[in-house]
Amino acid sequence: MTTDVDTTAPAFLRDKYAIIGIGETEYTRGSGVTTRKLATWAIRNAMEDAGIGPGEIDGMMSYSGNDSTPSPPVAADLGIRLNFYTDIFGGGSSIENLVGLAIGAIEAGMCKTVVLYRAMNGFTEVRIGGTGARAAAPLAGDRLHNAAYGWFSAGQNFSQTFMRAMHDYNLTPEQLAHVKVAHSRHASQNPKAYYKNRMSVDDVLNSRMIVKPLHLLDCCVETDNGTAIIVTSAERAYDYKNTPARVLGVVGRCCKPGNDITLHYQYGPVSRVAAYYAKDIIWPNSGHGPEEMDLTGSYDAFTFTTALQLQDYGFCPPGEIGGYISDGTIQLGGARPNNTSGGHLCEVYTHGMNMVIENVRQLRGTVDDYCPVDADGVRQHTYDYETPGPTEGACRQKQDVNLTANLGWAYPAAASALVMRKG
Amino acid sequence: MPVEGEYFGMNLRINDNDGDNLTYFQHCADHDFHLQKCNACSLLVYPPRTACPWCAAADFDWVPVEGKGAVHSYGEVHHAIQPQLQEKTPYQILIVDLDTQLGEPEPEIALRVTGNTATPDGDLAPPDVVAKVGIGTRMRMVFKDVAPGLSLPMWTIDEDADQPEPWRYPQD
Repeated sequence: MTTDVDTTAPAFLRDKYAIIGIGETEYTRGSGVTTRKLATWAIRNAMEDAGIGPGEIDGMMSYSGNDSTPSPPVAADLGIRLNFYTDIFGGGSSIENLVGLAIGAIEAGMCKTVVLYRAMNGFTEVRIGGTGARAAAPLAGDRLHNAAYGWFSAGQNFSQTFMRAMHDYNLTPEQLAHVKVAHSRHASQNPKAYYKNRMSVDDVLNSRMIVKPLHLLDCCVETDNGTAIIVTSAERAYDYKNTPARVLGVVGRCCKPGNDITLHYQYGPVSRVAAYYAKDIIWPNSGHGPEEMDLTGSYDAFTFTTALQLQDYGFCPPGEIGGYISDGTIQLGGARPNNTSGGHLCEVYTHGMNMVIENVRQLRGTVDDYCPVDADGVRQHTYDYETPGPTEGACRQKQDVNLTANLGWAYPAAASALVMRKG
Repeated sequence: MPVEGEYFGMNLRINDNDGDNLTYFQHCADHDFHLQKCNACSLLVYPPRTACPWCAAADFDWVPVEGKGAVHSYGEVHHAIQPQLQEKTPYQILIVDLDTQLGEPEPEIALRVTGNTATPDGDLAPPDVVAKVGIGTRMRMVFKDVAPGLSLPMWTIDEDADQPEPWRYPQD
């Protein structure tokens, strides 16, 4: 837990920048279009959401694993003349990092407003984990120490961390299944979620084993989608349509020692994740502690990634994560819901974007659930979390959301974070 | 010339500019496990590195190291990615704490050497052997020959060791 935080000092550009627009494509397993099309589709939606024109955007950043379309053609399609662009390599943990880098680019005078995007045909073209065409590529040099052992996919790569965490913290399969239970209930209230069925602990435990300790339902969905977020200065942010989500703090790919994707195992405790180090940046820099967060977006590539990050960011005392994830705290109606859109386990796989988009909507109070919209276009939230969608009134908006945390995961040894407040 | 070999449909390769891995896997091909030892701080490192993670020096000697240790953690693959590995499931991917340099230079640090649970001949272990191995199991290193100059370190149960009751996944 963070104590003695000075909340008055304007440290690290705290509160000086904001997210003003968010957009996404449909979430499918068969987009039938190129990543270039997905990118412009999502960005156009983010521009419409903000009420911003192409002439007011002059920066662009994206991330990918060479499975996307870079900024220049995307900007050209949209008539955006760029003063700044950068396309980086990476998946999970990139978006929180890019928010920080966009702030830096604006602060350095390189541009004024930046759109960030991720466009991926993650099911129909390039699947995560080295399947398909990637499985035929030669394994050279350093990869002989891991991939040659049939150690390819994210689940396989992280399984030793997860197994050791069960050993060290007495975590049970049932406790971990509660992460899926909570996120699936959230997804049932989300019209755009790919998997909307509510799942039980037994559903998870009875699903087939993929790589022990991961059952099928401990693992996230694979989808095709584009997502976009627009960042600008707090001064400009109020020129646009929505209540801004002000950025209080960011962490970009903070690492454990020996942070190679598998070689971090040389450094213990193996069950410790990079959040242990990132917490010492995000809480002091944002001026708040974990106990003050109304919502979390803890990256759920797997049930375990949500759990281990929440523990090492200090949302519960060390060793008590099994209780925190299974006692109702992380479910809508509980004290601090996690991934209220359904996250990667149920809504969509976007490498972290959808959890940031969801928290921006939660801060605005305008989550897109099954609640009725009045004649002025304002959604009338019921705060009924029990009735499952698509029943009218099925709600996933939390009341009075003022502070949110996004906890991004790349692998056990790298973490990013983003704390926002209602502007 | 690069070293190349095929293993379960995977094309394994060590390029000729990758001297550290060429040396490492040549020792494995000789069934004589070696690691780099830093000439500045005298610590061993694993796997091959271009500089010492403990002191940033870049001057190593290759020294023989005993291939014995205990399982620190494991994953057990039931759904394989490589088609040729699917008939070998379940297979285990181990990280094994070597007895050598255990807890040095800090208590939670070890030379954690990866590998599959294997038979004494280096082949992937059958299901009844996989079912015996968990955290704490004592293992000894064996080698799987892939090509001239390229053998993979593997782990087999150390029949001569006093075996503790291993920790296994709770559903087992």
